[in-house]
Amino acid sequence: MKYLCTVWVDEAVLNGLSKHDAETLVADALAYDEELKRSGHFIAANALEPVNTATSIRVRNGKASTTDGPFVETKEQLGGFVLIEARDLNEAIQLASKIPPARVGGVEVRPVRELK
Amino acid sequence: MSEDPAELARQKVEAVYRSDSRRVLATLIRLLGDFDLAEEALHDACRAAVEQWPREGVPANPRAWLVSTGRFKAIDTLRRRARFDASLGELAERLAATAGDATAPEPEELEDDRLRLIFTCCHPALPPDAQVALTLREICGLTTEEIARAFLTLAPTVAQRIVRAKAKIREARIPYQVPSRNELGERLDAVLHVVYLVFNEGYSASLGESLTRADLSGEAIRLGRLLLELLPEPEVMGLLALMVLHESRRAARTSPSGELVLLDDQDRSLWDRAQITEGVALGRRALASRRFGPYTLQAAIAAVHAEAPTAAATDWAQIVGLYDVLLRADPSPVIELNRAVALAMRDGPLVGLVLIDALLARGELAEYRFAHSARADLCRRLGRTVEARASYKRALELTRQETERRFLERRLAEVAR
Repeated sequence: MKYLCTVWVDEAVLNGLSKHDAETLVADALAYDEELKRSGHFIAANALEPVNTATSIRVRNGKASTTDGPFVETKEQLGGFVLIEARDLNEAIQLASKIPPARVGGVEVRPVRELK
Repeated sequence: MSEDPAELARQKVEAVYRSDSRRVLATLIRLLGDFDLAEEALHDACRAAVEQWPREGVPANPRAWLVSTGRFKAIDTLRRRARFDASLGELAERLAATAGDATAPEPEELEDDRLRLIFTCCHPALPPDAQVALTLREICGLTTEEIARAFLTLAPTVAQRIVRAKAKIREARIPYQVPSRNELGERLDAVLHVVYLVFNEGYSASLGESLTRADLSGEAIRLGRLLLELLPEPEVMGLLALMVLHESRRAARTSPSGELVLLDDQDRSLWDRAQITEGVALGRRALASRRFGPYTLQAAIAAVHAEAPTAAATDWAQIVGLYDVLLRADPSPVIELNRAVALAMRDGPLVGLVLIDALLARGELAEYRFAHSARADLCRRLGRTVEARASYKRALELTRQETERRFLERRLAEVAR
């Protein structure tokens, strides 16, 4: 079963990290991707540019309207994702708890719904 | 009792249902992989027992009979429904294929099923109120109406919580398993929390009004015993000790007219000695493990009270010492408050008052009624009537419980004189 782990971090906290801590976090995140690949749990993962780069689009009556920013302003922002393959929620929770940015922010785990 | 074999068989079905239906359910959930299907299968199996046992005699192992009959009934159900949903047909055939080799399962595995059920109902991915409702429904076998009455909510609300929880178990694929060693600590905490929540709901409700709510304490103690039987961890022992020790004081906590009686003023001859003996022994065993936690420490504090022949003879120094350890194990403002009250008993009300005022100044307990009533009590003992009255009034504003309100009003009237 696929689970999407979205990573939520307060960008202010992230920007406040020392150069060394920030570099360690990036190195750890990349290393964890490799670990997930080796164990066969990895499907895809990426970090995202800051939330001020977001653009939101809605289509109504065939007409697209585009606005600046994310849909909702939150205290912690979506900063990246890891799509994993896991046996069940317990395994997904175990894997998600080791995603490095969980140490500074949080990770939300959601099962992927296969559309048929 | 009737000598009619049919009547005897019917009584046997009832007796097996009472003693074993939850175990059968726990195993059926594992075999069928679905709560609703398992519940239906349990019902069908019991109905079949009522029909067949009087005619064919009671099977040698009634529980195994119910499991195997339930399983085949579920396969029948799925095959019938497969006419509308082909995927159910595949599921039915898969279950049928594995059902053939169902030799009698090992007793150990059956006990594991009960633990699997407990850990699934108390999974931290489910909302707390759903954990409680699911536990009472699936493990204790309470009806939705009984749970609603106990928690003063409406049956449809409870039913909806249970439906949503089952949907999440299915859709997010919460596995039916006992957590591995490295997860066990955290997951067991969640289970103990649910049990203690159920107990407290029943215990605080036992002041006054509803008797059905007090039954929740009984359910929680039964759950604690089951858990201890299945998983003899120190904190399980500690929680059971704590609940039994609190329960031992039930008869003394209210006066014949239904008024609240505080620990100091309780008639200790009303305390249940058998429960105290059991609670103290459990608490000792948990402490001896050296792997105990907050529940065991709270039980140890309750045990010191339980063993004091009179309120005046309470070993407050030991209680303060235990609170010191508890505060390190599980820091919280409520425990700080309790420690301050114990210190006041050991070293005088002024010592406690200084600590409580500092705690209140921090703000976390500003809305906590017991902080204000404790402060009021210390002020009363110091003869500071004006301050005592103000704090009793603040506590009164924050309480929502009738017996507690009457108690505080009595105290307020006393200091007003």
